[in-house]
Amino acid sequence: MDKIFNVLMVGVGGQGIIMASDIFALAAMYSGNDVKKSEIHGMSQRGGSVFSHIRFGKKVYSPVISHGEADVLFSLEEMETLRWIGYASETTDIICMKTRINPVMVETYPAGIEEEIRGLSKRVFFVDPVSLIDRIENKKFLNVTLIGLISGFVDFPEESWEKAIKEKVPAGTFEGNRKAFETGKKLFMEEFNDME
Amino acid sequence: MENRKLLSGNQAIALGAYEAGVTVGTGYPGTPSTEILESLTSYPGVYTEWSVNEKVAFEVAMGAALSGARTLVTMKHVGLNVAADPLFTASYTGIKGGLVIVNADDPDMHSSQNEQDNRHYAYAAKVPMLEPSDCQEAKDFTLFAYHLSETYDTPVILRTVTRLSHSLGVVIPLDNPARDKKIEGFKRDIRKYVMIPGHARKRHIVVEERMRKLKDEVNTFPLNRIELNDTSIGFITSGIPYTYVKEVFPEASVLKIGVVNPLPEKLIADFCRAVKKVYIVEELDPFFELRIKALGFDVEGKKYYPVTGELSPDSVRKPFEEKPGFSIKPREKGLHTEIPLPPRPPSLCPGCPHREVFKILKKHDLFVTGDIGCYTLGVLPPFTSIDTCVEMGGSIGHVQGIEIATSFKTGTGGKEGNSNTVAVIGDSTFAHSGITGLLNAGYNKRHSLIIVLDNSTTAMTGMQPNPLSGERINGEKTSRLDYRKLGQACGLDDNQIRIVNAYKPAEIEDAVLTLLGSGKLSLLVVQGLCIILKMRRKKTEKNDG
Repeated sequence: MDKIFNVLMVGVGGQGIIMASDIFALAAMYSGNDVKKSEIHGMSQRGGSVFSHIRFGKKVYSPVISHGEADVLFSLEEMETLRWIGYASETTDIICMKTRINPVMVETYPAGIEEEIRGLSKRVFFVDPVSLIDRIENKKFLNVTLIGLISGFVDFPEESWEKAIKEKVPAGTFEGNRKAFETGKKLFMEEFNDME
Repeated sequence: MENRKLLSGNQAIALGAYEAGVTVGTGYPGTPSTEILESLTSYPGVYTEWSVNEKVAFEVAMGAALSGARTLVTMKHVGLNVAADPLFTASYTGIKGGLVIVNADDPDMHSSQNEQDNRHYAYAAKVPMLEPSDCQEAKDFTLFAYHLSETYDTPVILRTVTRLSHSLGVVIPLDNPARDKKIEGFKRDIRKYVMIPGHARKRHIVVEERMRKLKDEVNTFPLNRIELNDTSIGFITSGIPYTYVKEVFPEASVLKIGVVNPLPEKLIADFCRAVKKVYIVEELDPFFELRIKALGFDVEGKKYYPVTGELSPDSVRKPFEEKPGFSIKPREKGLHTEIPLPPRPPSLCPGCPHREVFKILKKHDLFVTGDIGCYTLGVLPPFTSIDTCVEMGGSIGHVQGIEIATSFKTGTGGKEGNSNTVAVIGDSTFAHSGITGLLNAGYNKRHSLIIVLDNSTTAMTGMQPNPLSGERINGEKTSRLDYRKLGQACGLDDNQIRIVNAYKPAEIEDAVLTLLGSGKLSLLVVQGLCIILKMRRKKTEKNDG
């Protein structure tokens, strides 16, 4: 069977996971793939943990990724990375944004999250949102920058990305978002070009 | 290639309905079904409405179908409980224009109060039920459902589940959908449409004949298919679990069931004879398993799979990982952490106008019968002030029963009010089925305090307008229910009806204590626009000018 590529995006309600995963899934489709994307909306998302499974390849059956089979785990929040870590294996590339959001009624963020993630995987890359925002026009484009970063792990033509971004970002922000995407791609080149 | 679209299961169903020539769509919002009707509203030449509840939605849809329009009616699984009354008899009357009911089940209760398996409804109401496995099928099966509905003169249920409704997949639309159905209007046909016993007895025979005929023909429908591979092991499955079986057992034989009711018994028999060992993979109840065992085949299913919750590729694989004689695709070992992570439970939004009410109810240590909506989250800390939540509109009935029973305990035998219990209900839920409860309270001389938490929208399901919003599904302005007139009409004294601002806690507290202390049936409406809607409107205003 042809290899299915699995991306799991996770974060907290309101961080923009749905739009980011929409762009990724559309770009996968425009590149000629079969695609499935699975997420849950509803009560559990009022401030809760949000996830989106994206799977693409020649023919995709299950909309859901199996444990240990994510090729990329992309997380917008540190603790959420650990919550979903079971979907990752030693060979999964983990991209984690250095953002901490306390759950409701929790005052102290759990200690040792970053160290634990680093201990579990050699293939983890932490993104500092503050320094990344400095490199783009508008902090609202941050998620598209991160999509640019994970675009490095897949092989989609430029037109597919542009078409997908154009379709999903608010009218009038395409140019800014496209540049933000390029910034993310550059970041991938800087950080990962020595990886096999 | 160019024409491919990435659609959710819900959007695909709406597209299928549009391609089938549907001109009327009704429903009541309910996760995970809500987006179907919202999506259908965006197509030209289609009338849609949010009805006040699922029963009314069904009845409006049925009237349209009896007049010859192809009609779609949507609801979540528990919504079909509300619409079950017309469903069972619509099976007898039949339809004229195709009538398809979309029923969205919620295995694992992502956003529901139970995980009932609505396949039982199709069997009980004697109507066909189709179950797609992916977004393309969601569209194609919807289209086919109209063909089935009109060919066999029956309502048809299309069953989806959360995992399909909210998943996105590739869908290829029809290039030129026909949409040429002529609507001839309602024609009198008393023996078919007026179900007095004398007519209904004859129609029941028609229903049984219809199902018998379908039971034969369903074996030839392309929606059911045998995928014969390795004949030492086979799976009978449908819907989303089919995709898990294909993922985990690519070499196995599969009988994919697209028509859940009536089951393709001949295909099942052929499959069970061709394959050495057959397993049934289905979410929730052993609906297939019991019926296939009754046919005399030695199959296994719930021995390995739970009746509760969703399945997943992992759970479908698990029973076979250590089973001798199975070669199953090896998989990577998942990482594992021992660090305990605090959960992120859902909570009332920071800024929700109704937080103040719950603070007051907690402060006075009242029992609170609750209802279905965002405000059910008042059960969680820091408020912990909801004591019951069962179904839409239930709070108002519960508070009356508690009052009656408590009065026996205190010795007044149903005569006096109970001063420590109140009902809370949202505006959309009140319109859905709270009003009948209020009427019951007035009629039966109850003394309870009923609090409507009005945020002018159906917030939990994503801001659908309702009879308290002054707006229809398409944004068109309309009337708004007048609480005061309604309360008076139900027999409440005018001074027992108060309407207060959600952001004035002192007024809310005074109203709660005064009305509760009066010992008379009272209605308190706490009004404050949903904070999400408020922010959205601000944003739109800013963008507009």
